[in-house]
Amino acid sequence: MTELSAHLPQFQHGQLTENFPDNHLSNTNDNSERRRHDNSERRRNDNPESETNGQPQSNTQQVVEQDEEEDEELTLKYGAKHVIMLFVPVTLCMVVVVATIKSVSFYTRKDGQLIYTPFTEETETVGQRALNSILNAAIMISVIIVMTILLVVLYKYRCYKVIHGWLIISSLLLLFFFSFIYLGEVFKTYNVAMDYITVALMIWNFGVVGMICIHWKGPLRLQQAYLIMISALMALVFIKYLPEWTAWLILAVISVYDLVAVLCPKGPLRMLVETAQERNETLFPALIYSSTMIWLVNMAEEDPEAQRKASKNSTYHKQAPANQTQNEDAEADDGGFSQEWQQQRDNRIGPIESTPESRAAVQALPSNSQTSEDPEERGVKLGLGDFIFYSVLVGKASATASGDWNTTLACFVAILIGLCLTLLLLAIFKKALPALPISITFGLVFYFATDNLVQPFMDQLAFHQFYI
Amino acid sequence: MGAAVFFGLAGIAFGPALALVLLTVAAEPLRVIVLVAGAFFWLVSLLLASLVWFISVHLSDREDAKLQYGLLIFGAAVSVLLQEAFRFAYFKLLKKADEGLALISEDGRSPISLRQMAYVSGLSFGIISGVFSVINILVDSIGPGVVGIHGDSPYYFITSAFLTMALVLLHTFWGVIFFDACEKRRYWCLGLVVATHLLTSGLTFLNPWYEASLVPIFLITLCMGLWAFVTAGGSFHNILKCLSCKQEDDSRVMMYSALQVPLED
Repeated sequence: MTELSAHLPQFQHGQLTENFPDNHLSNTNDNSERRRHDNSERRRNDNPESETNGQPQSNTQQVVEQDEEEDEELTLKYGAKHVIMLFVPVTLCMVVVVATIKSVSFYTRKDGQLIYTPFTEETETVGQRALNSILNAAIMISVIIVMTILLVVLYKYRCYKVIHGWLIISSLLLLFFFSFIYLGEVFKTYNVAMDYITVALMIWNFGVVGMICIHWKGPLRLQQAYLIMISALMALVFIKYLPEWTAWLILAVISVYDLVAVLCPKGPLRMLVETAQERNETLFPALIYSSTMIWLVNMAEEDPEAQRKASKNSTYHKQAPANQTQNEDAEADDGGFSQEWQQQRDNRIGPIESTPESRAAVQALPSNSQTSEDPEERGVKLGLGDFIFYSVLVGKASATASGDWNTTLACFVAILIGLCLTLLLLAIFKKALPALPISITFGLVFYFATDNLVQPFMDQLAFHQFYI
Repeated sequence: MGAAVFFGLAGIAFGPALALVLLTVAAEPLRVIVLVAGAFFWLVSLLLASLVWFISVHLSDREDAKLQYGLLIFGAAVSVLLQEAFRFAYFKLLKKADEGLALISEDGRSPISLRQMAYVSGLSFGIISGVFSVINILVDSIGPGVVGIHGDSPYYFITSAFLTMALVLLHTFWGVIFFDACEKRRYWCLGLVVATHLLTSGLTFLNPWYEASLVPIFLITLCMGLWAFVTAGGSFHNILKCLSCKQEDDSRVMMYSALQVPLED
């Protein structure tokens, strides 16, 4: 299976990919050319990527092997940092959802159900309830499958405008409408007197800045914050409108679907990713959480216009990891830039990855533009769907569990450990992996076990003030 | 009751833990991962123990209060033994991880030592154990109510908080001692750790007779703390050296920063 760094657009569920700009990526014009390019640059560990490009690839086999070991070591060494880079946003999203559930009663009040789950769970018998929830879950999953296939078909036939329109409409809905409702409910909970003009101003600003950050350019932290907020909003909608048994069933089925769709050769998500790779495009950055931004190296000695553009980009993306060197690598991954922007960049500067002209141009740069291959710039990507479903699990646990905080915390730890294991597998297999199955499985097991087994035990112990 | 009580209790119960985490764990990604994984292992042990207790309760006569009380004590003992078993399992896992990290690192040494992992794993067990014991009580303390209105002790909250603090610290110390004992194969140390854990848990059965439970538990905590300190390589001499070392280092820094060749050369 080819390695990939592309990421999945599917709104409902995402996928975990790793963003290694060199040896482990291959999302450029030409896979084999890239690999050659990568191997050559990997030959000198600390040399700037630029400088190895044009030079004769005279280094020998033993260096290649050593480099592969160093790759692995760097992978695993910085693996811990990547895990934390994902722990923090996942934790923040869950904290926002749990805090809202605990304080704003709107999201735990039953106000009907979505049209995707038409069968009610207020039935007389347990069997009827089970049947209804199975039917609800089946309908929801079929909707998701149909939408995924539709997306793949649209992508295959290059209907980019339709896809972008769809993404823009859904983020408009989230950023304006759902956040307006959320704000309204928070004000109601805390009994804050508010007028429509102020609210309009706040929502307008929030929404417009959000659209700009997510679909265009913006400071990295702000973009990450917006992605976390819209994931939390979406999770809250699911928690409110999905009845209990349906929600658990949907979580279980969707992690199975994620596994199948990403790993099976004919899975829609895998086909999407492969198509993107063939065309050497990145997919829909608006639906992926990325932990770092990549910068453009000050490429264009030859092209002053591109130089201007490059420096303009670097001012936008100042939110980079702390030990950035001055000129960054022209890493192939786009870390959140939209398709149009990337095409624009490509038109102005030329595809950065592997043309001989670009390499020569960069080589001609003065020697103080040493870009050390800073592995800490590598980021990890996680689909927003994963954020949403993790938060749905923890939110439902905090809303409905009798063990209350114990259950919530147990699910939280379970999800984090699942994420950690998934990232470990990612470091081992170096290809796109589904992020839902392990975490959701652990989360569900811990939810039901803690709620039914641990909670009575701890309750009895606390009653007698026994400690274990 | 109210926010003041909540914050006070939370501070007592988790103050040391929070300080330790913020100062020693939060900055290093590997330690954070060890912390979360330790919590996971403790949770699994608790799950199994609860399963055992649950089955035993369901197989027994629910009406018999004495039997249920006995089963609860049995469940607590099983839980303690399972916690220590999972601590051992975690030790095995961390040892393997340590070797793996050492293999793939540049200079042959892993970025985190087994001793650090012992400390962080002990802390993680302590934190998750403390949280699971006391969080529902803490949340209840925000709301309205009168403690012990039905004749129970009015000191329930504050003693719970102090017990939790002791438990967190105890787990941290036990972690250090346990891992060291496993490394050096001193099985009597292992047995002693398990025995003190059982003793501590047993002392809590004497609640609400707090003089008999709290005071010995804190004494045990102190002893364990000293033992862990000595195990980790500390000594009175070390403390003095540490306190006086600071000034020496500073002066050396001053010399080099003045960009002069050190006079010793």
